[in-house]
Amino acid sequence: MRALLLRDLRLAVRGGGGFGLGLVFFLIVVTLVPFGVGPESGVLARIAPGILWLGALLACLLSLDRIFALDHEDGTLDLLATAPIPMEAVVAVKALAHWITTGAPLVVVAPVLALLLHLPSEGYPWLVLSLALGTPALSVLGTFGAALTVGLRRGGLLLSLLVLPLYIPTLIFGAELMRRGMAGMAVQVPLLMLAGITTACIAVMPFASAAVIRMNLRQS
Amino acid sequence: MVNALTVRDLTVTRGGVAVLSGLSFCVAAGQALVLRGPNGVGKTTVLRTIAGLQLPATGQVICPVDRAYAAHADGLKPALTVWENLMFWARLHGDMPVEPALMRMDLRGLADRPAANLSAGQKRRLGLARLLVTGAALWVMDEPTVSLDAAGVALFGQVLAEHLGAGGAALIATHVDLGVAVAELDLTAYKAPQIDDFDMAFG
Repeated sequence: MRALLLRDLRLAVRGGGGFGLGLVFFLIVVTLVPFGVGPESGVLARIAPGILWLGALLACLLSLDRIFALDHEDGTLDLLATAPIPMEAVVAVKALAHWITTGAPLVVVAPVLALLLHLPSEGYPWLVLSLALGTPALSVLGTFGAALTVGLRRGGLLLSLLVLPLYIPTLIFGAELMRRGMAGMAVQVPLLMLAGITTACIAVMPFASAAVIRMNLRQS
Repeated sequence: MVNALTVRDLTVTRGGVAVLSGLSFCVAAGQALVLRGPNGVGKTTVLRTIAGLQLPATGQVICPVDRAYAAHADGLKPALTVWENLMFWARLHGDMPVEPALMRMDLRGLADRPAANLSAGQKRRLGLARLLVTGAALWVMDEPTVSLDAAGVALFGQVLAEHLGAGGAALIATHVDLGVAVAELDLTAYKAPQIDDFDMAFG
């Protein structure tokens, strides 16, 4: 299990593209928005939570198809499925590796990029908290989507369409948590909802993803 | 002696269509069974079923020992070195040492080279070295000698003979002679009846 995690991290750093792809995309979205909507700091500060969350979500989406596609192409997935570790553990580790290479860096750079959007200072802790709580759900749900489309030619397009609706609750409560936190309003409801979504996804999704992978391997 | 593998009345399907049926055989410890038959007869499908990737349509696969599967693709990562590739599989399967497997498959000198720079035959040797580090008693192999040169095939034959000598077993789909005493099974005899003609199905 640790071997699989280390291998995935090493491949993400060395393989080029996997690591950094999401970050660069996030950077592009956040830097371009002020040019698009104009430089008024009031407007930017107001839409900052939505933009930051949307950017992070799309950046996550971008690297999803790499989770299983490469392992399927070179036969690794078949060999992993016959190795003496449960498929549930394999997909959980893959989701974790995706979060470490995509979600965690987004959480780290988001405060820096928030400067470009004139985010008020009281927003920073909420930005980091909401992303840290929400991005694991994005990785786990994304892994499920990647499992569904493994083995499909050009499955990336289908993957985005399948995963986007699953991402909506996380987006709603993540951005809402940040907005309410910034405005000094009660944050209990979005905070608990976001934490609940993430924990439920982590608890349930590995089983669903593993079942789907087993089925997909059977077909080919 | 307990058989490493027992297959009883197996029917396998490919794309929902039965390709082989009534297949029964067993492989004892220390034995290798070679599956023969023309391309498309269903060798790979049988091996995938025995490896546990596919469910048998009917019948049973009983395998009381650890099995390791080697497919057409070797599951190598081009960005990792030979040593890292092998180390990953060794850790995943337990803690078998990597060095002896590299030595045995004549890869010691290439240990630090990225797998991307290996020739097809070297990649295949690395894929076969993976079997050594799994520590599994039953090797299920699909065309293990593809892209190996004559020396590579001979080397593989020796490694296989050692594995069998140590009480291991193997099930191999291949068209070549491995230079090891093996039992053979021609799958052509087990071809499932095909419904080629619509009228025939009702005739």
